[in-house]
Amino acid sequence: MEYLQFIIIIIFSPLIQGLIKKLKANMQGRVGPGVLQPYYDLIRLLRKDMVVSRVTSWIFKATPYIVFASTVSAAMIIPIITTRSSFGMMGDVIAVIYLFAAGRFFMALAGLDAGTAFGGEGSSREMTVSILVEPMMMLSIFTAAISAGSTNVARIAETQNLFYSPPHILALSAFVVAVVAETGRIPVDNPDTHLELTMIHEGMLLEYSGRYLALMEWAHYMKQMLLFTLAADIFFPIGIDSGGAPALIAASFGIYLCKMFLMACAMALIESARVKLRFFQLPSLLGGAFVLAFLSLLTYIMIGK
Amino acid sequence: MDPESFLSIGAFCFVLGAVFSLVPFRKGKSLLYLLPALAALNFAAAGLYLAFGEPANILSFPISSVFGFLFCGDALSGFFIIAISVLTFSVSLYSIGYTSSMKHQGLMGFLFNLFILSMIAVVTSGNIVTFLISWETMSVVSYFLVTIDRDKESAKAGLLYAVMTHIGTAFIIVSFLLLYAYSGSADFAGIRASAAGFPLEIKSLVFLFAVIGFGTKAGVIPLHTWLPKAHPAAPSNISSLMSGVMIKTGIYGIVRIAVDVLGKGPEWWGIAVLVVGAVSSILGVLYALMEHDIKRLLAYHSVENIGIILLGIGASMMFRSGGLYNLAAVALIAGLYHTLNHAVFKGLLFLGAGSVMHATHTKNMDDMGGLMKAMPYTGLFFLVGSVSICALPPFNGFVSEWLTFQSLLLGFSSASVTSKIVSPLGGAALALTGALAAACFVKAFGISFLGMARSGHAEKAKESSGSMIAGMAVLAVLCLVLGVLPGVVTSILSPAVYSLTGAVGPTSAMSFLHIDETAASLSPAMILITMAVMSAATLAFVFVAGGRRKLSYGDSWDCGIPALNARMQYSAAAFTKPIRMIFKRIYLPRRELRVSYILKPFFVRSIKYSGEITPFFEKFLYEPATDVIQKIAGKVRLLQSGSLHLYLGYILITLVLLLIFGS
Repeated sequence: MEYLQFIIIIIFSPLIQGLIKKLKANMQGRVGPGVLQPYYDLIRLLRKDMVVSRVTSWIFKATPYIVFASTVSAAMIIPIITTRSSFGMMGDVIAVIYLFAAGRFFMALAGLDAGTAFGGEGSSREMTVSILVEPMMMLSIFTAAISAGSTNVARIAETQNLFYSPPHILALSAFVVAVVAETGRIPVDNPDTHLELTMIHEGMLLEYSGRYLALMEWAHYMKQMLLFTLAADIFFPIGIDSGGAPALIAASFGIYLCKMFLMACAMALIESARVKLRFFQLPSLLGGAFVLAFLSLLTYIMIGK
Repeated sequence: MDPESFLSIGAFCFVLGAVFSLVPFRKGKSLLYLLPALAALNFAAAGLYLAFGEPANILSFPISSVFGFLFCGDALSGFFIIAISVLTFSVSLYSIGYTSSMKHQGLMGFLFNLFILSMIAVVTSGNIVTFLISWETMSVVSYFLVTIDRDKESAKAGLLYAVMTHIGTAFIIVSFLLLYAYSGSADFAGIRASAAGFPLEIKSLVFLFAVIGFGTKAGVIPLHTWLPKAHPAAPSNISSLMSGVMIKTGIYGIVRIAVDVLGKGPEWWGIAVLVVGAVSSILGVLYALMEHDIKRLLAYHSVENIGIILLGIGASMMFRSGGLYNLAAVALIAGLYHTLNHAVFKGLLFLGAGSVMHATHTKNMDDMGGLMKAMPYTGLFFLVGSVSICALPPFNGFVSEWLTFQSLLLGFSSASVTSKIVSPLGGAALALTGALAAACFVKAFGISFLGMARSGHAEKAKESSGSMIAGMAVLAVLCLVLGVLPGVVTSILSPAVYSLTGAVGPTSAMSFLHIDETAASLSPAMILITMAVMSAATLAFVFVAGGRRKLSYGDSWDCGIPALNARMQYSAAAFTKPIRMIFKRIYLPRRELRVSYILKPFFVRSIKYSGEITPFFEKFLYEPATDVIQKIAGKVRLLQSGSLHLYLGYILITLVLLLIFGS
């Protein structure tokens, strides 16, 4: 049973996306699409014919599968409703980050494959943002990993104490910025735009259509939910099951869905309250978050818990 | 068979290869590279024997009571012999096709064999003199290989290389002389036995000189300047060997002297190596990003990877001085594992670059493009190399970087506050390096192999010959094998690491690593299988959910403007522009825009743009140093006036002085 918990991510990730969209619309005084809209979009895309640029090579067609498979692999490593899963031996939190990096690497290559300026622009910006985000994310996870004495996500989730200390709060704030950047949300990127000059993530996907686009979008939803889950595992592990009794797992599942709902609210709130930053202002935001992550480590060394 | 006979057969093959290369015939000459390939197999076998066996004397040839030639091998030598042999085998295969139309074929073959033999000699040298002679042979032979094309660029690069490498050798000689003076022994074994009794200042001095000397060969910043010039100037099979294994002899030297011979040192040694590693890795990859010359880009990545290797080795030294032996073993395995991995993937990438240059006659990535279709195999192998160097799972770079991350995280359990702060920062540096490397290889691969052909040459590119593909294929397969079977590599490494640190490090099985201290495990084979199964499942799923759908080809989206052309694609310079702007404090970019008008300001006749970054170390370190040296040389020149009378005067003065003080 516990081996199949990753299916939760595959099934529920479009729902989280729909939820954020709906919440955002409500906060902005709109009705917005229904929360199930991403599912309809995926089904519609899966049933469409595809048009592929003549310029592209096999990389373009392989990328959606590589991105999807690497994201699912990451989902298997991360404990979702129970920490009792042997997939922890497959890798740890560093492997998760590098699996995301593998997906991003191929996505950026696919952006360059069609030989258009938009794709190249998207790839270039995505890789630039990742340069700023990756060390910061790693450092904020380091604090948690060091205090747990392990980089295994399940061990981190099991050993986190519930009383929040300054290092945790600092690390969490850095991690939130990392999640915002990694999921391509305001203030780093605008997920709702196809405006040439501002798009980052969408730029790389511009040439995709049909089932390829469906897989890319779906993988993106999954990555978003995975990052939320990772945040929950590392910073709010309260309620996650570690025993394996069916009743407790059911309770843990309920708590997990509540946590995801709260995260979705937080994301919608951040997106509605902030404006998108100009691309070259990002280093100050992300660099600031890096300093937070570093401070968290320093305070951890000084306070020692 | 015993290791000695494997070694002698191997050495015999090299000598045979070298001699036959000089025989003046042309037809089928490149088939002579089968000899070094055969030699490499023998050496690999001998390396395996040494890696698992007892330290053995291979060849001893005394000249006087103190000095003589002594070749011996232990587990560490064995590991480096394996690394050298693996790359030699593939590069030899590759060279069959690559050198077939070369101008100086005979000389090339001769030097090629000699070069590899000298590297093997370096890692098996048992005493100071043997080491220095082998080291110097390696440097001189590689100098001739760099300048084999005899054009202006390679001559200049060769000169810089010769100067830098001899500065390095000077430092090594001083450190060796200090060792000899204080131990009275010229054998590494003898020095090791008495090293514990040396005064600490002398040990530290030896350490510093050795790190500077070997660091010059390894190409650590700021001693790296020769590397991005010499590697691109050499033919690609040689660049592959130089970048893949020759610079690793610098790593071997550092490990041999600083870890093995000197033994446990104070904490700051490890921290110094770690900091040097962190700086080299970040600056190396930052400079790589700005290169549009594919071979220079790869050369700068060698600087980066040497930095990553030193992160592991430095962490290991740091833990060892703190008494954390098992962690020291994990970190040393990380560093040495990355040494082997870098030999494999960087060798592969340089061979790939060689194939590309062979097909397109350019080193400039902005003149390539679209090669994936014209050169499918080279493209695939270059992609494998790129994925490996970016440390993406499940390829080999990932495993060694994962181990490095683990060891840096473990730094927290050390007692000293400095290492508690330094090691996670080293981890952050590694994360930054990884992200930068990924950006750099998206650029390197994406601009050269994807999109539309950017020049006529690129349009007409043809796939390389069979032997070149075979050489690359061997390395590409190894990239995957070394990635999914980390247990094999750690078991080869563990005798060496055990003898150096007294601990075994991570628990491992075929495809499984487990670090007890962090309760972290990694199974790259499982990741590979999961990804393969998931890809297949996804493929099946989309067909079930969506049915058979038509796939049609069209033009790329052009905003309605007809006829997108290759010049409208993102270029290498455009791709890295945001990074250039973010890190402008480091790059100090300069740009020049010259516009000539027909009618100002509306009708432009031509626009000329040129941009470059300031080569920081060349400009602020090497140029001033060269100026000072030239000034001093100018002053010294006054002594040499050319007048015979003055020279006779000098002799007279010397004689008088000798008579006064000599008695």
